[in-house]
Amino acid sequence: MSHYISNTDEERAAMLDAIGIGDVKELFDVVPAAVRFPQLDLPPALSEAEIMRQLGRLGRLNSDTQSTLSFLGAGAYNHFVPAAVDALLRRAEYYTAYTPYQPEIAQGTLQAIFEYQSLLCALTGMDAANASHYDGATALAEAAIMAFTSVRNKRTVLVAPTVHPHYRATLRTYTQGLGLTITGDEDTGAALDDLLAQIDGNTAAVIVQTPDFLGQLHDLKPIADKIHAAGGLLIASVDLVALGLFQNPGTAGADIVTGEGQGMGISLSYGGPYLGIFASKHQYLRRMPGRLVGATTDMNGDVGYVLTLQTREQHIRREKATSNICTNQGLMALAATIHMSLLGKAGLRKVAEICYHRAHYAAAEIAKIPGFEVVAPGPFFKEFVVSSIHPIEGLNTALAGMGIQGGYDLSADYPHLGNAMLVCVTEMNTKEDIDQFVQALRTIWEGRSDL
Amino acid sequence: MAYTTPDNLLYARTHEWVTTDGEELTIGVSDYAQQALGDVVFVELPDVGQKLSKGQMFGVVESVKAASDVYAPVNGEVVAVNEALLDAPETLNSSMYEEGWLVKIRPSNFAEDRATLLDAAAYEKHVADEASKH
Amino acid sequence: MNTFEPPIFELSGPGKCGVNLPTVDVPLAELPQELLRTDDLAGFPELSETEVTRHFTRISQRNFCIDTGMYPLGSCTMKYNPKVHEAAARLPGFAALHPLTDPAHAQGALWIMEQLQSMLAEISGFDAVSLQPAAGAQGEFTGILVFRAYHHAQGDPERVEVLCPDSAHGTNPATAAMVGMRVVEVKTDHNGNVDLDDLQSKLGPRTAGLMLTNPNTLGLFDEHVQQVAELVHGAGGLMYGDGANFNAILGIVRPGDVGFDFMHYNLHKTFTTPHGGGGPGCGAVGCKTFLEDYLPGPRVCHVIDSDKFELFTPPHSIGRLKAFHGNFGMIIRAWVYIRTLGAAGLREVSENAVLNANYLRVKLQDLYPVAYDRTCMHEVVLKGQLRDAPAAKTLDIAKRLIDYGFHPPTVYFPISVPEAIMIEPTETESKRNMDAFIVAMRQIVAEAVEDITILKQAPTTAPLRRLDEVGAARKPILKYDPVKFQELRRSHAAATSDEQPERPTY
Repeated sequence: MSHYISNTDEERAAMLDAIGIGDVKELFDVVPAAVRFPQLDLPPALSEAEIMRQLGRLGRLNSDTQSTLSFLGAGAYNHFVPAAVDALLRRAEYYTAYTPYQPEIAQGTLQAIFEYQSLLCALTGMDAANASHYDGATALAEAAIMAFTSVRNKRTVLVAPTVHPHYRATLRTYTQGLGLTITGDEDTGAALDDLLAQIDGNTAAVIVQTPDFLGQLHDLKPIADKIHAAGGLLIASVDLVALGLFQNPGTAGADIVTGEGQGMGISLSYGGPYLGIFASKHQYLRRMPGRLVGATTDMNGDVGYVLTLQTREQHIRREKATSNICTNQGLMALAATIHMSLLGKAGLRKVAEICYHRAHYAAAEIAKIPGFEVVAPGPFFKEFVVSSIHPIEGLNTALAGMGIQGGYDLSADYPHLGNAMLVCVTEMNTKEDIDQFVQALRTIWEGRSDL
Repeated sequence: MAYTTPDNLLYARTHEWVTTDGEELTIGVSDYAQQALGDVVFVELPDVGQKLSKGQMFGVVESVKAASDVYAPVNGEVVAVNEALLDAPETLNSSMYEEGWLVKIRPSNFAEDRATLLDAAAYEKHVADEASKH
Repeated sequence: MNTFEPPIFELSGPGKCGVNLPTVDVPLAELPQELLRTDDLAGFPELSETEVTRHFTRISQRNFCIDTGMYPLGSCTMKYNPKVHEAAARLPGFAALHPLTDPAHAQGALWIMEQLQSMLAEISGFDAVSLQPAAGAQGEFTGILVFRAYHHAQGDPERVEVLCPDSAHGTNPATAAMVGMRVVEVKTDHNGNVDLDDLQSKLGPRTAGLMLTNPNTLGLFDEHVQQVAELVHGAGGLMYGDGANFNAILGIVRPGDVGFDFMHYNLHKTFTTPHGGGGPGCGAVGCKTFLEDYLPGPRVCHVIDSDKFELFTPPHSIGRLKAFHGNFGMIIRAWVYIRTLGAAGLREVSENAVLNANYLRVKLQDLYPVAYDRTCMHEVVLKGQLRDAPAAKTLDIAKRLIDYGFHPPTVYFPISVPEAIMIEPTETESKRNMDAFIVAMRQIVAEAVEDITILKQAPTTAPLRRLDEVGAARKPILKYDPVKFQELRRSHAAATSDEQPERPTY
């Protein structure tokens, strides 16, 4: 028996005896005999020491952000995570519990979610936030569905081409059976004004991202005014880290705010688990997908927390639910809650400032190298586009040879930019790192015949 | 389960009650239905002016762990909704036949619709039949 | 121990910060004044690291978890979460790996993903696996989108009806609706199987498929599963397998061998990635070859005649389900689990899970009526209808179990069973603990007969008593508000009776 099984052979025999059978196999007589007990062709079992050794070997095949200098972002960010976050996250009380269906013995999880909802509302200017979605992409897709069901008789959703390409793809996957039209991003080089010009009486929502996929910051206010005048909603996809410094989307007029919360205390983990944030103005609350926690009192009058407004959810409302979501990203929401609590007001602002100033320093230095140009038509946060006369693929290969992970190659998603790379600078990249990156680019330029 | 079914009302099989005369008919949910649902925490009502056909879902009454759709017992147009329920949904539990009404409808063909509704005795029998199935 | 803890906002003090951040070491750039936030992050707390650590440690102690004790939450498979999984997922080569890393420099991660795809396919009898879906419900969504795409490709777009048994998990009908399909409910027969007559009457040219959990949500293996599949296929429909209960049949039977065309795996149930207080999970999906081209991408493939792995998107893919490649942190844990147990270990999992559930069944069925009287799989569904204490409700029994130190089972599900109590001990629970659970369940019956208030007042030993869920729903407080919290506390002052000992209130 494996080391996770807690019964002895004698105990198992006693249980079989109580059931009135002689062999555990008899429990499966109901399974058609021809297909019962297949011989599974799986690799041989490994001991804990062996598996950790193999994992160590496999892990070393990967170029992670600790073993290289990374300037890669594009929706997943190498932000600093204080040791306290993981120390608390590893408390079994959190990670080995499930959905808090029994509030009397789940107050830890419930209070943490309530605080998460509260922090998100403060950060986004929204009235209510749910307990999380799978990631920024699915949160955005569900926001579009919520907007569509909240406004009547409008079936078009306009999405800016500068929304993360994976999010736009997910949005289309989610809405393919619902008779919605998703449009606005056909021309990857179109400006936001081009998008706003397409707003009409059939527009249920406009989706913009700020900072957008290319790093640019946008003022949401004129966009909100324009779509509200047409009777539709503004959905803003945001980076929580940027909100420490930049415009409060709720104050600017957004109706639904979604985004990726990975930058708040969650490791890169090759793409997941991350954190889909979802918040909205009060009037759309009843159409909101996902779990919500509310404050109340118990029989003694003590303050406590419960799952609430559950009639929106699948386990009660079935096919009329606002979404099919059940399991969410609870532990990741906890990580973000702890992280935001540690940062507090000052820390949130400072992280955003460090990212901003270092990114601008990097951009200014790169712009000085012949053969490279920084393409940043407006204000940007921590990412910016660098165009090059050389294909990015070769450039990144050369950088990898120098121990540097270059920026995201934009040529497939944004062909109008030509040879362009999206460079990301966070508080993890020191001035020394940036100088090394700039020097590497210069070296590559100087030895460009090798590319 | 003890419940009341006033004789002066008519009932739909889906547990709505409706008044029987006047230009406007008042509609609510029965005592039996509100008891089955438990403490009402939220009521969703239609817009005034909405045209309803008989059997059409026009609202939702929710408890903590259940949501019950409400269906129009007659054809007609919504002329008033009980907005007091939005702030005090518990009224539906305490006064289901009076202050806890849901909507008022101007019927378009009540003479015909009326024949499909149940009187108090028939509704009680319907409830008993339904209960015995479970 | 008093673990009461105020909302974190009430611990705040101006100027404190709990993180030691680097200083700005570059020249300052000009900030775009018109785009800065102007509210000074009002409402955001300010605490030291010490205070934050203590806050989240204290509230954690108000949680019951698997590592605390038996957590027999039916249909959730709350088995032990091995610690080696946590160590594995945190190795820097994985935890610090960026998802957009050139695949040539992420071969270790891709190797694991490819092998997990193959192992899941082997365990379930399918030909192709995608690891992208983030949770079971997203796996379902993937499956029904694939069914839709398949029927469209066959020139059959009018197949828009998804059949779901009346005992189905709510995610099944909710999923079908999200794909724009119409849900048709199928009845359960007297033995807890799909009612074949009812099924037949509902199949037709509009049938897209049937979503079936097997073993089903009643904890029973459908006795006619192959016939059900034949009927559905005969009508041109497809068979979706909800893998929520896969823990019962590892190495016992493969869904792909009894007629399913597509299924999802709940890595957070069967393959014991931690439930995390609600998530994250992973709802990887598997299917037969004829549906493979519709799977969501990216998937991982082994490049022929090389030792390299690559990401690819199938040619007629329904699209992306999320950003990047899936919940890799869950993928690596599940991979470790399967590699640790091997084929024999997996079969032991299911044999012990089913043995444990049946032991509880025979030890409790004289006092708690079973929903269906036959051998169950990994969970047993009882009814909280006590012969000698009709006033006792399932809710009361569940709450009283808390006082005995157990997490209550799933209650009031499936909705087709009145007063349902769904108990899933899992394979990692010991006989010793189950015997204590049995004693508690039997003692609760005696208490209910003797003095029902013992049950109605329960729990009395948990961090809180029963909570006012009606009040929470009527006047929702969904974020911290000092005024509303003051009002809540005033109700405390009103409610506190004389016999309550003095203690601080929060």
